[in-house]
Amino acid sequence: MESLAAWFENNFSAAAGMPKELIYFGAILISCVLVLAFMLLLVLFFIWEERKVSGHIQSRVGPMRVGGWHGWAQTIADTIKLFLKEDIVPRAADKRLFLLAPFLAFFGVFAAFVVLPYGERTLVTDLNVGVFYILAITSFSVIAIVVAGWASNNKWSLYGAMRSAAQIVSYEIPMTIAVLVPVLYVGSMSMVSLSEAQSGGVWNWIVFRSPFTFVAFIIFFIASLAETNRTPFDLPEAESELVAGFHTEYTGIKFAMFFLAEYAALFLVSGVATTLFLGGWNGILPTQIMPGPVVFCVKSLFLVFVIIWLRWTLPRLRVDQLMYMCWKVLLPISFVCLLGVAVQKLLF
Amino acid sequence: MMPAGLGSATGCRRHRESAAEYVRDLGGMTMDTVEIEGKLQTEEMLLNMGPQHPSTHGVLRLLLRMDGEIVHDVIPYIGYLHRCKEKIGENVTYQQFTPYTDRLDYLASMNMNLGYVLGVEKLLGLEVPERAQYIRVIMAELNRIASHLVAWGTFGLDMGAFTPFMYGFREREKIMDIFERTCGARLTYNYIRIGGVSRDLPEGMVKQISEFLDYFDPRIPEYHDLLSYNKIFVERTANVGILPLDTAIAYGVTGPCLRASGLKWDLRKDEPYGIYDRFDFDIPVGKGEMGTVGDAWDRYMVRIIEMQQSARIVRQALEGLPEGPITGKVPKMIKGPKDKELYIRTEAPKGEIGFYIVSDGGKTPARLKIRSPSFSNLSVLPVIAKGGMVADMVAIVASLDIVLGEIDR
Repeated sequence: MESLAAWFENNFSAAAGMPKELIYFGAILISCVLVLAFMLLLVLFFIWEERKVSGHIQSRVGPMRVGGWHGWAQTIADTIKLFLKEDIVPRAADKRLFLLAPFLAFFGVFAAFVVLPYGERTLVTDLNVGVFYILAITSFSVIAIVVAGWASNNKWSLYGAMRSAAQIVSYEIPMTIAVLVPVLYVGSMSMVSLSEAQSGGVWNWIVFRSPFTFVAFIIFFIASLAETNRTPFDLPEAESELVAGFHTEYTGIKFAMFFLAEYAALFLVSGVATTLFLGGWNGILPTQIMPGPVVFCVKSLFLVFVIIWLRWTLPRLRVDQLMYMCWKVLLPISFVCLLGVAVQKLLF
Repeated sequence: MMPAGLGSATGCRRHRESAAEYVRDLGGMTMDTVEIEGKLQTEEMLLNMGPQHPSTHGVLRLLLRMDGEIVHDVIPYIGYLHRCKEKIGENVTYQQFTPYTDRLDYLASMNMNLGYVLGVEKLLGLEVPERAQYIRVIMAELNRIASHLVAWGTFGLDMGAFTPFMYGFREREKIMDIFERTCGARLTYNYIRIGGVSRDLPEGMVKQISEFLDYFDPRIPEYHDLLSYNKIFVERTANVGILPLDTAIAYGVTGPCLRASGLKWDLRKDEPYGIYDRFDFDIPVGKGEMGTVGDAWDRYMVRIIEMQQSARIVRQALEGLPEGPITGKVPKMIKGPKDKELYIRTEAPKGEIGFYIVSDGGKTPARLKIRSPSFSNLSVLPVIAKGGMVADMVAIVASLDIVLGEIDR
């Protein structure tokens, strides 16, 4: 983004006269719009991918007709349909909170998107506390879910919201500790520094540099499944039990926002995992063939595919089993990893 | 406590002023209020798993009294699918009632047909030719497989695994094709008639059925890989909803639920009807392999093994299928014998289906009472769901495998 602002200044003579703040503001605006567009395109792709992958796992094909080739335009059609749907607000619902919740969910994810390092120079901004910022901002999803559950004035929604709040808040702890492992290894919280530290071949990726980081990667992956409410941790949306959990009462655009936020969050956690563990924008092929952002996206998309794959294979955990796994299994293991990496850094 | 009435008529729609009024309407069941010092009062929550719910297998309403996630009491409300079958039975002739039996347990129509028709044949002393007997067994056992596939698929679906549902229904499609070619219908067949069956097997049907069996046998290990021994599934179902044997017998539980509790009782072996005594098959019994005897996992496993055994029976029946007529001598106008009554029970996929037919010499039965296995199986739900969580309750309902068609009749 800074380079975008500089580019503006250099190439537009009219811009030279404008105050620096305005140019920056313009650059920020353009960057955010680009990220938003990227996010929307991704979500469009992911929803289609989910339907095709789930179809093939279940011995059927998924969308085939809309748009011609394998129903690629299905999501576009569905989004248009959702926008045209009647916006129903339950009579006894808390109107302002009801309206606020989907936007909170979306905001939490979008605000974290702007920190992902897609390439060496393809990023919006490089915060020196990038990792910390992401962990903090993604907690917005908890607020969004609890607000949605409460404002719906529906016992089932409330149930889903409570379960989800407990789940997300609990799993943030092993996730944070798992994130601390590469941070400790590299010595920086900046996303760009983490990616730069993994350059120079596949074996330089943090996930391969130590058994502790490998286990930390797995813990991060499992915790991120819980953070994004994906099976086997999808109790808050457990359709079979709670109709649709916290977003039962949502229709139309508001539901579309929840949907969008969920799928964007998938890419977000995959992107964070890629940056922290799988080498970020560093690839095997030379950058002329496969530039940094493409490598980053390929790795993240692969992780998203694995997440989708897991959803359609595994049943879901009961809420107490989920909590047990978090506090009594993942947390101790993540502590051991952190300790191990610290010792390793000290000795080697 | 099971108020079995039309819950939707006046009860549910009225707005209630308070939970206390709700309780009063339930017959004075008291609601515990725990008094804690310091002005913090916790109450139990009444939650309605309403008639429309993805998890109740049909239109069943479950009223849950819960403290947080723990279920203190479950009250099933039935009657949403009541269609006055037994009264209709008194007003239509014996032959006319056969299609109504299809719609009792609509997932196992052949078995419902069979139970009723055997009763009428016994009442009138009718002979059924050999070929018809063999065809009946083939159809009934194929339908058992189909019914258990639904039970398996929906069990997985309730646990959050969406794929077994698709796989189960994929297998069912093949069975449906067999049935459609034979009798024209996919779900409610009206195929097994008084005196025999309605049509002979079409050309190539024996080959089609054995091809299906060859396709189906390797599926069971696939299901074991996908769901049965999956750690998450085992965690959700082992030691959940344990049904002790004496409770099962006391509540009249029959079928796979009873066998899962440890009792080796199957009417096809213990009180054989038709030609079941000619076939060689095993009766699976719950052994508490993953948890305790009689838990949800046992009920699940018993059904899987029963599917394998049914495939075995069908193979044997195909081998022994004789030529011959498919209907015996049946009078055009069936008049029941004067003052005779009988109760016939057969092993349907869900349990023991019983038909109590009272004849007074007329064209229509004087009384036709249907003993539904799912009704008795469901009655045990409040007993075994108590103390568990909502998610467990879903698992228990799924493992009991009920069908509202036969509960409500």
